[in-house]
Amino acid sequence: MGGIADVAAGRLSADELSKNFDDMYPALGESKALIEASRCYFCYDAPCMEACPTGIDIPNFIRKIQTGNYRGSALDILSENIMGGACARVCPTEILCEEVCVRQTQEGKPVTIGKLQRFATDWLMASKEQPFERAELSGKTVAVVGAGPAGLSAAHRLSMLGHDVEIFEALPKSGGLNEYGIAAYKLPHGIAQEEVDFILGIGGITVHHNKALGRDISLSELHEKFDAVFIGTGLGAVRALGFENENIKGVFNAVDYIAKLRQSEDKTDLEIGRKVVVIGGGNTAIDMAVQAKRLGAEDVTLVYRRAPEDMSATHHEQDYAKLNGVTIKHFAKPVELLEQDGQVTGVRFEYTAKGANGALEGTGETFDLMANMVFKAIGQVFIPDPATNSTVSLEIQDGRIVVDENGATSVPGIYAGGDCVYGGEDLTVAAVQDGKVAAHAIDKVLR
Amino acid sequence: MADLSYDFVGIKTPNPFWLASAPPTDKEINVVRAFEAGWGGVVWKTLGEDPPVVNVSSRYGATHYNGQRIAGLNNIELITDRPLDVNLEEITRVKKDWPDRAMVVSLMVPCEEDPWKYILGRVAETGADGVELNFGCPHGMSERGMGSAVGQVPEYVQMVTEWCKKHSDMSVIVKLTPNITDIRSSARAAVRGGADAVSLINTINSIVNIDLDIMAPTPTVDGKGAHGGYCGPAVKPIALNMVAEIARDPECQNIPMSGIGGISNWRDAAEFISLGCGTVQVCTAAMHHGFKIVDDMKTGLSNWMDSKGYKSIDDFRGLAASNVTDWNQLNMNYDVKALIDQDKCIKCGLCHIACEDTSHQAITAERVDGARRYEVVDEECVGCNLCLHVCPVDDCITMVEVDNGKPYMNWNQDPRNPHSKAAE
Repeated sequence: MGGIADVAAGRLSADELSKNFDDMYPALGESKALIEASRCYFCYDAPCMEACPTGIDIPNFIRKIQTGNYRGSALDILSENIMGGACARVCPTEILCEEVCVRQTQEGKPVTIGKLQRFATDWLMASKEQPFERAELSGKTVAVVGAGPAGLSAAHRLSMLGHDVEIFEALPKSGGLNEYGIAAYKLPHGIAQEEVDFILGIGGITVHHNKALGRDISLSELHEKFDAVFIGTGLGAVRALGFENENIKGVFNAVDYIAKLRQSEDKTDLEIGRKVVVIGGGNTAIDMAVQAKRLGAEDVTLVYRRAPEDMSATHHEQDYAKLNGVTIKHFAKPVELLEQDGQVTGVRFEYTAKGANGALEGTGETFDLMANMVFKAIGQVFIPDPATNSTVSLEIQDGRIVVDENGATSVPGIYAGGDCVYGGEDLTVAAVQDGKVAAHAIDKVLR
Repeated sequence: MADLSYDFVGIKTPNPFWLASAPPTDKEINVVRAFEAGWGGVVWKTLGEDPPVVNVSSRYGATHYNGQRIAGLNNIELITDRPLDVNLEEITRVKKDWPDRAMVVSLMVPCEEDPWKYILGRVAETGADGVELNFGCPHGMSERGMGSAVGQVPEYVQMVTEWCKKHSDMSVIVKLTPNITDIRSSARAAVRGGADAVSLINTINSIVNIDLDIMAPTPTVDGKGAHGGYCGPAVKPIALNMVAEIARDPECQNIPMSGIGGISNWRDAAEFISLGCGTVQVCTAAMHHGFKIVDDMKTGLSNWMDSKGYKSIDDFRGLAASNVTDWNQLNMNYDVKALIDQDKCIKCGLCHIACEDTSHQAITAERVDGARRYEVVDEECVGCNLCLHVCPVDDCITMVEVDNGKPYMNWNQDPRNPHSKAAE
């Protein structure tokens, strides 16, 4: 058979691809923003504000959009959440601010807070202004491990408070998941790097790239050399399916593939299968499935072992995947990777059901899905070794760093936040909050 | 089905909806389009002496409110800028072609008897049903001693009205300016002058916005602006009050009224009629949406009248006027308390913060098992209605009458009034 191979790059033209990976939602224009902002009731004790992990004064910033005070609006957002621009795009607002909006209660149609936040932050970003100033310099320097949302947030706030910051980042670029892990159509173009530049623009922050904790630097070294340390490394490893032939051709970690996709210029160089199976139920699974479809895969099936409501991807995300032509199957778990000549050809799934005690059980019945490519997206885990193997060793619970409400770890002077801490919410916005809170705690100690 | 036709001081109209004297009634083409759309009548845009006035470029300013266009509109346009003969010829033709519609012609000439006599004679030849004396325009013409410059002096109002009655058999409607301290003074002057009716309100003196970039009012004519006449939905409350003042003034002797001021739909119209107006005049709503809005006005009014059992305009005309009274006649023993329907409450907290910050601290903000709960403290509630107005949910907050068993007692009878009879 001629034509395109079962796994091939360039299934779609460069034009189609650029359209497919452009902004998933258009920005609100000024008049639409005004109308939408006018829908906000300016609630007292606003539920949205309480639902925002960073505690942005949402009614206040929306009112300022109404009056054309865009700068004031953007500063309300950014002073609580320095990554307000990215969060406006990637936050699952449908389970945060917008879920509790009184307009949702009243008419099932919340004020589109995320879009309004984007309107205000885009305005400020476009102005190229650097609105935040540093306090009088303290002469102290704080080490930050990881240039993702948690680390950048901590660094920015520390710099504002007058401390110098040195960031150690394992990868060649800053931004963390915003740069490497989130679907391209959510943070298209150079938005992630523009935000990084904006954050670093305050000054006093040096980023050392390609410096991984445990490989190039050790925690004890940082602890010794700096006045304080903040760890915001995120999750480094991907959960495995546990099959012997997991390394055969055509089986990928979704996070690795997405990282490659995010770094690819025009995406015509990305190979994608005719038939794709994604295993998992989180945002990474959804992002992978949708992007596979947008790269031109014919059939994309996302398989999750439990019920729709058990998925960590929100309903909104699931609907978005379906809208993009992804088939979602629930209550099935992979039991075998099918292969031919070292290349994956499919996945055998066993149906599952919730047993009497609520535990998931296989029913014994199986079905096969053909696949030229299989993506694993069943969760990421923290690699605690660098945080425990040096002379300073942090307390770990369920594989993540234990911190108090200020982000302080079990070792004085060492703080942590974001996905790598125990109890973390796996949300960009929560990581930003962690970094901000820890920065204030560090500042208190350093003064 | 309700009968919407009306005989307004001898002017027969198939419905009470007229287009006010303004740009929509400046030309045959506009008026014919209005009649085709179903308007009951027009007041043709004000005619003056030849040579016609010259208008400036850039004429309207507007107040937009929270993304809604034209809560209020102002203009610095003058009277018709077309030759008198052209207007009269068109008026004649339109009246002939549309004999069942009301044709009233607005007039404004200098405050001398001869010009009025002359123009009344010319208008009479057109077959028009009546004239409306423009004593209202607050801009431009007033600088030339016309418009509101006349309307603001009751003696002039009376004098010109007398001339018009003397020199014409047509019905004379005197259009009143709101740019005065007491509308009744000019209304009484019109009554004394023998006016058949009054129409009100003309536009309100205004500056709608300042352009903060060029530091000049809008509309801006080459960097400068002048005050203009304000109209549209924002002025309706002012107009309603002035209509009510005339309606309940014995000296105004129940003079027929044509209501004007922010009338945008049938409900607005019904409110003006309920205060005594026989017809209503519309301008801004038509300028915003076109003539088609009259369809809703007619059917809406008719349906509402049917639902209330009113068969004609007169069946409900003026019914609300008798309930407009002076403050000192209100019942001091009447007591209402706000009641929040907790099932309808969406927890916006606006009632609480409005009461807490700006009124009587009568609505508590509590958390019950983590959930927000707003409750009225009856002992503190004075029944002011503020919470009801800020609440975004219909019927969530209602004002419930307290049955205190006390009889009617007005302020004049109230022992708390140091000047009351009871206190003496």
